[in-house]
Parts: sequence; C-alpha cells; structure tokens
Amino acid sequence: MRLKPKHISLLVLFVLIVMAPLFFPSGFYYRVGALIFINAIAVTGLVILIGYAGQISLGHAGFVGIGAYSCALAPVHLGISPVFAIALGAALSAGLAWIVGRPILKLHGYYLGVATLGLGILISMVLANEAQWTGGPDGIAVPDLGLRGLLRDWGFRVSAGELWYWLAGAVLIAGAWLALNLFDSPTGRALRALHGSDVAARTMGIDVPRHKLHAFVISAVYASVSGSLLALMNRLVTPDVAGFMHSVHLVTMTVLGGVGSVLGAIFGATILTALPQVLTVFHQYEHMVLGLVMILVMIFMPDGLLPSLLKRFRGRAGK
Amino acid sequence: MSDLLQFLFSGLTVGAVYALLALGFTIIFNASDVVNFAQGEFVMLGGMGTVFGIAAGLPVPLAALAAIMGTAFLGVALNKLAIEPARGAPVVSVIIITIGAAIFIQGAASVLFDKQIHRYPGFSGERALHFGGATLLPQSLWVMSGAAMIFVALWVFFTRSLTGKAMLATSNNRLAAALVGINTRYIMTLSFGLSAAIGAFAGVLVTPITMTAYNVGIGLALSGFAAAMLGGLGNPVGALVGGLLLGILEALTAGYISSQYKDAVAFILIILLLFFMPQGLFGSKHAERV
Amino acid sequence: MTPLLEVANLSIAFGGLRAVDDVSFEVRPGQIVSVIGPNGAGKTTLFNMISGLYRPTQGSVRLVGADVTSAEPHLLARRGLARTFQNLQVFPSMTLLENVMVGHHLQEAGATLPDLFGLPSSRRKTRATAESALSLLARVGLEKAAFREALTMSYGALKRLEIARALALRPKILLLDEPAAGCNAVETEEIDQLITEIASSGVAILLVEHDMKLVMKISSHIIALDHGRKIAEGNPGDVAANPDVIAAYLGQKGQEQVLHADG
Repeated sequence: MRLKPKHISLLVLFVLIVMAPLFFPSGFYYRVGALIFINAIAVTGLVILIGYAGQISLGHAGFVGIGAYSCALAPVHLGISPVFAIALGAALSAGLAWIVGRPILKLHGYYLGVATLGLGILISMVLANEAQWTGGPDGIAVPDLGLRGLLRDWGFRVSAGELWYWLAGAVLIAGAWLALNLFDSPTGRALRALHGSDVAARTMGIDVPRHKLHAFVISAVYASVSGSLLALMNRLVTPDVAGFMHSVHLVTMTVLGGVGSVLGAIFGATILTALPQVLTVFHQYEHMVLGLVMILVMIFMPDGLLPSLLKRFRGRAGK
Repeated sequence: MSDLLQFLFSGLTVGAVYALLALGFTIIFNASDVVNFAQGEFVMLGGMGTVFGIAAGLPVPLAALAAIMGTAFLGVALNKLAIEPARGAPVVSVIIITIGAAIFIQGAASVLFDKQIHRYPGFSGERALHFGGATLLPQSLWVMSGAAMIFVALWVFFTRSLTGKAMLATSNNRLAAALVGINTRYIMTLSFGLSAAIGAFAGVLVTPITMTAYNVGIGLALSGFAAAMLGGLGNPVGALVGGLLLGILEALTAGYISSQYKDAVAFILIILLLFFMPQGLFGSKHAERV
Repeated sequence: MTPLLEVANLSIAFGGLRAVDDVSFEVRPGQIVSVIGPNGAGKTTLFNMISGLYRPTQGSVRLVGADVTSAEPHLLARRGLARTFQNLQVFPSMTLLENVMVGHHLQEAGATLPDLFGLPSSRRKTRATAESALSLLARVGLEKAAFREALTMSYGALKRLEIARALALRPKILLLDEPAAGCNAVETEEIDQLITEIASSGVAILLVEHDMKLVMKISSHIIALDHGRKIAEGNPGDVAANPDVIAAYLGQKGQEQVLHADG
C-alpha cells in the first residue's frame, strides 16, 4: 500500500518523539521536550485556524489560560478530578469561542487581529485581577494529576519529566492525527477554499461563517488542552499563560515553521520553545533573538521554515 | 464635581499621549497599509533616550532632541530593513514582522539601557496647580499643548506643503499617486520617520508623569492602536478624538469603577465598535470588488 | 417550459451611479442567453447581484420559481446556481483536483466531527468526490494537471478549471463570466463545444463574453446593456442589426465583424 502524506507525517512525528530521548544528555531535556509538545498542541490548533482557514488570532493564549486555570480551580472548588478539569476547560473554551466567534470572525485582517487580541487580553486581565479566585499575578498552585502515583502503584517508576514527555507526546500525536484528518476532508477543503477565495467559496455553497466558526472553536479546544497540560505539569499557573506575549509566541511558532503544515508548525514550536531553554547563556538577548527571528523568517522565508527548506532541498535534488 | 475634574485632567493627559500614538499608527497605515505594532517602542525610546541623555550630562532639551532624532532614524531603518523587503506579504506576516520589531527593540533597550523604571523631573517644576478643587501637574500642560502643537503642525503640513499633499495623495490611492510621479517609497520612509519622531516626542513629554521602562512599549502600542481604531484607522482627526476619548474613559473607569480594569476599557470599546461600527467613528466604507 | 432564472427590474446604485438600471430577462432550461455591452455596461455587476454578492437596490431575482433576491451566495448554490468569475477566483494553493472537489461541497459536506476523526463515512465521501472531480477535469482537458497547484497554471487553464468547478455543483443555472478570455482559437473552439454540450443537457446558461464570434454562434438569445440599461434583446441576428446596439457598442468596425460572423 502506498503511504499517504498524512501517514508519513504521523510516522515522522512518532519516530522523532520516540527517538529523541536517546540523545538527551540529562533528565532536564524531558521537561524541555514536554514543553515543546505542549506548545505544539496549541500551535497545531492554530494551523487549523490560520493555516487552513486563513483567520488570524492574536488572543489564543486566552484559551490556554482557561484550560490552565480550569485545572487549578475546578478540582479545588468543584471537587472533580484534574482529568475532568481538562475536559471542563475544553468545554468552556469551546463555549466561549462559539459565542464570540460569530461576530469576531466577520472581521478581516487587522480588524480580526485586534478583536482577538482584545479578547485574549480581557481574559488575562480577569485572571490577573480576580485574585480571590485566581491568586492574582503571583499565580496559583495546581493539584497533582495523580498519574505518577498510579503508575508507581502498578510498579512503574518514572520521573515527572519522563511522564510529561510521553503524555504530552501522545496527546500531540493525537492532535496532529485529527488535524491531518481534517486537512483532506470535506470540512478541511472548505476551510482551505475560503482561505484561498472567500467569494468563490461562498458561490460553491460553503457556509463561510459556519466553517470559520468551527475552525475557531476547534483551535480554541487545542489551546485549552495545551494550557491544561502546562498547568498540570508545572503544578503552578500564572496569568502570563493567557497574556499577549504568549499569544504572539503561539502565532509566531505557527507561521515560523510553515503555516499550512502540521509538521512545519510543530517544527516552529520546537525551535521557539527550545532556543531559550537551551541557550540560557543568551538569556539577556532572548527578546532580541526572538524578534530578529520573527522578522527574518517572514522576509526571507514567507512560507515558513520547513516548506522553504524542503523546497530548497527538492530544488537541489532535482538538479 | 472636583473628582470629575480630576479624572478629566488625568484622562486628557493620557489621552493626548494616546492621540499622538494613534496619529503615528495613522500616518504609517496611510502610507503603507501597515499597522505598526512597534509604535509604542518609539514612545519608550523617547523617554529612555532622554533619561540616559540626561544621565550622560546633556541638558534636558538636547537630550530630548537626541532621543527624538535617534528614534526617527530607527523608524526609517525599521521601514528600510523590515517593512520594505516584505512588500506585498500577507497581513499575518506583516503583523508578525512589526510585533517582532517591537520585541527586538524592547530586548535591545533592556541590554542597551537597563531594566529599571525611570523618570526625570517635569520641565516646569513638580508643584501641582489647583483648579476647582482638582490638581494638575504643570507637565500635564506640557503634554496637552505639545500634542496640540503636533496636530496643528501636521495639519498645516498636510494641507500646505507639497510633500504633505503628496502623502495625502498616497494615502488616498497609492497607484494613482505613483502614476502622477509621487515617489511612494520615499513617502513610506518619511512616514515611518515622522511617526517615530512623534512617538518619541510623546515619550519625552509624558515620562515625568507616567515614568518609563524598557517594557512599556507593547502596552502603549495596544492602547494607541485601540484609539486609532476607535477614530477609524487612517483618519488623523479620528486619531485625536479616539485618543482623547479613550484617555478620558479610562480615567473615569479607574475613578468610578475599578482601577484594575481601566486597561480593559480600550478592548471592550474596540470589540463593541468592531461589532457595531466596523469602520470606526470617522471611517468610510469601501465596497468589495469581485 | 418555465424559466429557471427570472430577473425583473433589477437595479443597483453605487453612490449616485446606477450601475444596473431596471434590467429584466429570463433564462429557460437549455437556453444560452448572452449579455453583451461595452466595458462598464454593468454585466459583471449584474452577475454579482444574481449570484448574491451584491444586494440590488431594486427588483427581484427568481431561481426555479422561488424569490431569492439578496439571498446569501451559499444558499443560491444550494438552489442550483453556479458561476465562474471574470478575473479568476480559484483556490491558488490547492491542486486542480482539490479545486474541483470543493465544487462538490454541497454533496459531500456534512458534519465537522466525523471529518476531524477521519471516520469511514468522511473518507468514503472524499474518495467519491475525488473520482467525480477527476472526470470533470477530464471533461475540460485538465486531467493531466490534476495534482498541480492552481497557482502554477496558465490563465486559460484556470478559466477551464472554473468551469469544471462550477459543473461540480451540478447546477441548473450556470453563469459564465467571459469563459473564453485569454484562450487561443483552438481553446475557444473547445469552450464553445463545452458550453453547447452543457446547455443541451438542460442547464440554463447566462453568458458574458467579449468574443462576438462565439456569442453570435452559440447564443439562443442576446441582451445588450449600455450604461446599466437594457438597450436591446432578441436573437443574435436582430441584436446585431439593432442600430442602438451598433451605436453604443459595436461601432462601424464591429458591425462588419458581426455581419462577417453572421454570414
């Protein structure tokens, strides 16, 4: 049987996730890996929104925040387990995206950018200001997921870093699988069509507002799950996860790697997450490097890193 | 009543800064269709530059002038190095480039200057003036009259000078402007330099009141952008009205409702406005051509 | 036979300019009705109103007997209207095959969740759509380029791609906006045949075209517009001989051309 691009992408991702630990010099890198995967989950959602449907969001960290604070607050106040808190956060994010999505997604370009930006900032402002619930700017502790204890009872001893590496890796593969399914499906084609030509898509019978909304809701759920995992891994969450800078990070990762492609976006998440972690020596210059990378990639590789590199590689192979 | 007056004073002061920021957005947007998220960094650089100029022993006017000139030069460089090479790129790319520039400038400022919060004394002393039970810093008068001066000067520039008219023509129709021999690339460069200088000037004026640090730019840019949107992106009068309105509403919110949520005003206003009046208070509607 | 498309007193004004002014006509199954007129006569604006992209200021549009004035484009597609565009509206970074697959949207689209989870029902639809899209591409002679991205193709090829994509909707009424623009003589000949073939299968066709030879040859009925107003209508011979039409549009040189084509 001939392998489809979807299966190749998933295989590459799987092999990379499984093989990477062989090259880890220390246990610290499991945490870096887990952080990369957690960001990549949110970014995969943005591939559906920005890459497929062509709609920008500068406020998706707001949904990351909802996912994260659900895991901090729901177990304490509602007495539900953290696993259900993840689902609750996803449902809340989806619900909010559903309500605000329809009016917001009527907007185009900068107007859409600034409306989503405002939405994200309002969410992060609530999280920072409602200190009696959220602990305010200092953040709040998050209950233990309990998975490590469970594994220990069964006789498996894993470090927290290892556990989160494999858990986030598994969720990422599932998320990538869903996004790749969508790409080559009736809905995915409709999204890519309205990205290419809004007018033509409408005359093809595509209900454009409905499809945009679905992409927005799906991407909000990805962001929320990413936030939940981040909170549960760090056992602490601060309003920064919902902040403007985190939104910008996520969009940059999405566009950096290659905005249409799931694998490219994961590549972008890897670079942008790993760089500051690995190059701690350059901590002082972190912002300068990030800003410079954003500018240079957009100018010289407008398709994103991975597609541009692949094109160059193919061009050379063809000669 | 004196409370209200007090809120109006502080609202007008901050509003004047927002109006200058919004004006900067407007000038660049008109020349190039770019929304420049690095606009707030210009304000930060104006303030920080002056702080460090004074620390280096320059008299205040010279330090301020150096800061404004330096920032204007940076604005030109930003256009030449980051915006022009990406001509024709999709909106998402341009947004990322200017946000990237903002982050880069912020990072550079933290290295070049420091990460402390700074201010310098007001130009006409620090003794507050009293009006009808409310107090007003003399520096607030500097801010308001400085902003008024810029708006008047620009109005003269746009309506009287050939270059100003060329900029207006470019904002109306870039292709037509190019066809009648206007150098639109030069207009773009000029607009970036001008916007940066106006931003830095606002920073010079307001730093004695609000203080400054390497990371204040993004927040200022978002508020200024909100003000520009409020007035209708691309309209200088809208920038003035939007800026003052936003400043006053923020001050009233802080005074009567909650100081924590004063920054929310801008975004709630924007979202409401986008839903109900997508072209802003002073915008015009364009039909989509198929 | 009842008309599939009825346009009555349709008007639209942009500012003070009446771009289309009180235009009425109808198109019956199997008919090819052409709209002619000089540039700026309002032909494309008329198309944009019929296909729901512009809201008319006056008048009505009826599709298959139902009033659809100002209805959303995607609802019109549901009722059997498809169109192509004068200045191409393809999906540039999708392959030709995917472009035509999008035309099957109404037949294949359903729920988002099955698509997300790649359920067999979703995959089956995609396979069926791909087959149908491939045969439509073959019909316009583009099957060899099925897996190339649209942005890599020539103007003439994309014109034909748009026809294939519109046919994918299985339309009852097809609006073709300058289908032969940018085509050479051989390609124009092929498009001529294709349009005649589509019409003979019972589709009502409304055509805007600048190639007068083509128009005179295939139209069953012609409507001439000038400055947004209908100045003449009738069979090709009558319209070509109409002095108003000649004055407004064809001119002396055009008249010779038409007479030549007619003969």
